[in-house]
Amino acid sequence: MPPVNSIVCVKPVPDPRYWSELALDPATKTLRREGIPVVLNPLDRHALEEALRIKETFGGTVTAISMAPLTATDSLREAIAIGADDAVLLSDKSFAGADTLATAYVLAAAIKKLGRFDLILCGNQSLDGGTGQVGPEIAEFLGVPHVAYVRKIDLPEQGIARVERGLEYGYMVVEARMPLVLSVVKEINVPRHVSLMRISEAMQAEVRVWASRDLDVDSSRIGLSGSPTQVADLFIPETKRRGEMMRGAPDVVSKLLIERLRELGVL
Amino acid sequence: MTTCRGVWVFAEQRDRKLMSVSVEMLGCGRKIADKLNTDLTAVLLGHNVKDLADELVAYGANKVYLADSELLTFYHSEAYATIIGELAKKHRPKIFLLGSTSTGRDLAPRVAAKLCTGLTADCVSLDVDEKGQLLQVVPAFGGNVMATVICPEHRPQMATVRPGVMRTPTIVEGRHGEVVKIPVDLKREDLNIKILDVITEAPRVAPIETADVVIAGGWGVGSIDNWRLIEELARSMGAAVGATRPPVDEKWASEDQLIGQSGKTVRPRLYIGIAISGAMQHLVGVQDSKVLVAINRDPNAPIFKTADFGIVADFREFVPTLVEQITKLRSTKDTS
Repeated sequence: MPPVNSIVCVKPVPDPRYWSELALDPATKTLRREGIPVVLNPLDRHALEEALRIKETFGGTVTAISMAPLTATDSLREAIAIGADDAVLLSDKSFAGADTLATAYVLAAAIKKLGRFDLILCGNQSLDGGTGQVGPEIAEFLGVPHVAYVRKIDLPEQGIARVERGLEYGYMVVEARMPLVLSVVKEINVPRHVSLMRISEAMQAEVRVWASRDLDVDSSRIGLSGSPTQVADLFIPETKRRGEMMRGAPDVVSKLLIERLRELGVL
Repeated sequence: MTTCRGVWVFAEQRDRKLMSVSVEMLGCGRKIADKLNTDLTAVLLGHNVKDLADELVAYGANKVYLADSELLTFYHSEAYATIIGELAKKHRPKIFLLGSTSTGRDLAPRVAAKLCTGLTADCVSLDVDEKGQLLQVVPAFGGNVMATVICPEHRPQMATVRPGVMRTPTIVEGRHGEVVKIPVDLKREDLNIKILDVITEAPRVAPIETADVVIAGGWGVGSIDNWRLIEELARSMGAAVGATRPPVDEKWASEDQLIGQSGKTVRPRLYIGIAISGAMQHLVGVQDSKVLVAINRDPNAPIFKTADFGIVADFREFVPTLVEQITKLRSTKDTS
């Protein structure tokens, strides 16, 4: 079988350990994300791991790409440390404010520019947005098939991928013609560990940066202006709960809680 | 845009049974269609599913587009998206709603990209404003905030909603609706995807959505050993165990125990959240609980703002005591 070339879409997301520090700016009604460290979206690690295993079996290349602010070069260097052959960062002020459609549009344009590929792998959803929409939308823009909820990938013959596609209870076995987009779930593999030494060596690695002028894109379809959806309002919902705080020694408080719950007829 | 009409709902069926979320979407779609003074249309794909069309009308659909073919027996992303995409381009609905199941979350973005339109996933409420805009409410990422999303220029306005978020509508006898058969011209050899097998597994535990009492643990539980305390408390109360995303990712709990915007919505009479900070993504899944109790050692945890009873304590100290008291209570009840 000839080598299999993969592109892995990765997204840096706010580190969940610091989520409680994300605050809403009441004046601008936007979220303050500055200073919150980022991590590679966990499911994207599984996607990268799968691409590397395919490369180890069949040969070929693994390219990581991301549409993100310039600070994401470190995340892409981490992808190189883990084993990607190269990385491309799509970064431009005009990409900012993109919803999933405008994001998929830019990523698809970059993939077209990268040229030949057999597989595009991504995590089934991101920790922050969590929509799971970008993978299928990229596939539509590239005119290739996609399979989501992928928990196993086999390449039985040239040009064919056979995958297990998870359902709520059970799974499907699906065969698809390459090239195609596969969105993977965490059950697919256990990502390899990377030594800190590898990560610090990779901090010297070159990451190509492409701006909108480097891509064949229609400026009306990128960034905020290319996003069909917009946030009209942010609000803190009213709460109609009692807000009764209980303090004291565990046995005192637990007796009190049980009493109150019994009064309300829920215990 | 002025030529757009109708509210569409994707009627997902599996094994020739309508998914409960599709019925919920019909209820939601009917209310929106009435406000917009327009029709509600169900889009039904499958094989030998004509009987379901009558059920869709009984739940409020004015029209059912039915595409019936052996190729459509199981969800097939390429076939479904091609058929629905063509239908939507031809008939131009204002709004298109889908249930956020493993099918809906796969199909909706493919169709949205085909139609170059907006899609909002996992909405916790839907309404229309005086301009006829679909108001799509989702928890904003981070903070205790909700966002109202709109899709002002593009049509259809697409949204998905998780099972259990909307209420099931009542059947109205004697409703009439039109069933329109859609010809399926696709040939198996032209498709790039082939379904080889479908393996169904039975759920391992009773679904948490039906439990009267739910105990949920968050990341603060800290370890799988500590998670046993959550399970012990649940056992002592005959309760179901739920979780936020981090315990599921850590494999202390399984995916079908996930409660929140991207998981299940529960409406128990009693919910106890343990070591859960209270991010909106989780709270939207429990906000209809009759009574909400929070146990967290951080007095500033946002969950306390939305709790009936808040206990600032380390659960490792508090929960064993609570288990003891409840067990004592149960044994005295049994012997009385």
